[in-house]
Amino acid sequence: MIAVRGLEKSFVQPGGELVPALCGVDLSMAAGEFLTVIGTNGSGKSTLLNALAGGFPPDAGTIEIDGKDVTRSPEHRRAALIGRVFQDPYKGSCPSMTVAENLRMAELRGTRRGLRLGLNAETRTRYRDRLARLRMRVENRLDALMGTLSGGQRQAITLIMATLRRPALLLLDEHTAALDPRAAERVLLVTREVVQEDGLTTMMVTHSMEEALELGERTIMMHRGAVMADLSGEERRATRVSDLLERFAGLRHTIEYTIQHRAPPPA
Amino acid sequence: MGFWIAALTQGFAFVALAWGVYLSARVLRFADITPDGSFTFGAAVAAALLVQDTHPLIATAVAVAAGMLAGYVTGVLHTRLGVSDLLSGILVMTALYSVNLHVMGRSNISLLDTKTLATPVLTLFPATASWPDDVTFGAIFLGVALLLGSLLTWYLRTDFGIALRSVGDNPAMITAQGVDRRRMIELGLALANGLVALSGALIAQYQGFADVAMGVGTLVAGMAAVILGETLRARGRSLLLTILMVAAGALVFRLLVALALRVGLNPIDLKLMTAVFVLGALALPRLRRRAAVTVR
Repeated sequence: MIAVRGLEKSFVQPGGELVPALCGVDLSMAAGEFLTVIGTNGSGKSTLLNALAGGFPPDAGTIEIDGKDVTRSPEHRRAALIGRVFQDPYKGSCPSMTVAENLRMAELRGTRRGLRLGLNAETRTRYRDRLARLRMRVENRLDALMGTLSGGQRQAITLIMATLRRPALLLLDEHTAALDPRAAERVLLVTREVVQEDGLTTMMVTHSMEEALELGERTIMMHRGAVMADLSGEERRATRVSDLLERFAGLRHTIEYTIQHRAPPPA
Repeated sequence: MGFWIAALTQGFAFVALAWGVYLSARVLRFADITPDGSFTFGAAVAAALLVQDTHPLIATAVAVAAGMLAGYVTGVLHTRLGVSDLLSGILVMTALYSVNLHVMGRSNISLLDTKTLATPVLTLFPATASWPDDVTFGAIFLGVALLLGSLLTWYLRTDFGIALRSVGDNPAMITAQGVDRRRMIELGLALANGLVALSGALIAQYQGFADVAMGVGTLVAGMAAVILGETLRARGRSLLLTILMVAAGALVFRLLVALALRVGLNPIDLKLMTAVFVLGALALPRLRRRAAVTVR
């Protein structure tokens, strides 16, 4: 259960100008819901994900994850609840550590890390089995350095890392955008499987409207820091990419009007 | 022969320093210059305790703790007060100069008449009484290095160690994994400077004195050892191999220094040569790249 209420955030531009990035986002997600997020550049979709992950404290509003108010909880604490895959496949793992070490580190996300040897026969077997289910031939590369794998392999493993310890919320930030088409397809397939098998509450930002409508069961459209459309059920099934494009074109006017008439956000 | 044994003995004492610099410079990727102060700090604390007839093991252990404290302070300056990594180390190193003078009470303490780590060894193994000092110390330092090396390899493979290694490898990602980066840097620097201080304490006992200026150039010497180790390691990438090769780098460095002095290098030029060596190792990849671009 995720509840976002009245979330606002502005960033100070290099010139000193205050630019609103989130202008009062309200959003609630049921447990196990798979939500996709689309929006133009600068619409606030990545900012929303960062706010949920705890990258910065919001100016106003609250964030609740599984009944806990995490609005003021720092990122490394909140990590216990959140699994995350970044757009850049190099951002999600440690290149000069082995695949197994990366998995071990991720498995302990948000827990105390003690002075026990990280890897043993049991953990290694478990990781090998888990990686085998990717069907990407990475299960025999437990001791390879993460940096020697391809972008697609790394991203698939990062996805496993994000879900090895079950997250209350899985955040995917255009996680296939930097991959070649074949790898992207593979990683999407894996995403679908992982989310479905574990019934994970998932929020996926994507630049592809096809993907947005195809994956998951609900799609929101963001524009200028607010949720401008929220599609699910029958309405979403009937929606085509062309409809979305039309809505984007139609939105522009109303939004500009709304933004201009908003009270300036608190500094 | 005795000449080489002396160089090797110094090399064994330098291994801890090399590992300390490896930890901060390579594992944490933190430009920490505290070693120039914490090396002397270790020597000063050990010496001050030894002249008061403290047991050498306790004196050495306290020296390590002192070095850890220095590293921890550097870490806190950076993580909690927002001082840059380089400046944090410079501040602590500078402050330590005064602290070291206070600890020693003067600029130089002789340890020729005090007990050292060799004393308990002589009591335990009377046979070593016939060994030259260099060999006794060499054996002790080798033992210390083996023990430390095993501990370090184990430590970096524990769950905590894995998190520590990730701090330098991908700082963006570790926060998302729930690791408190600031805490890791503080603890990592404490560990690194504890090792450096141990080196200082060992060297002081071996050479028979602690001097307030003995730490000058420690970081650069440590870097030289790390770079030599990385060259020796070539393509191997396992953690154990890296740790072993950094140790080997420390030995090779001391042997090279001994050789240079042997063939007539003026000791005054030693630090200049070391600095030029490290500079060369740092600049070479860039110069090579530029050359490649020009050729094309």
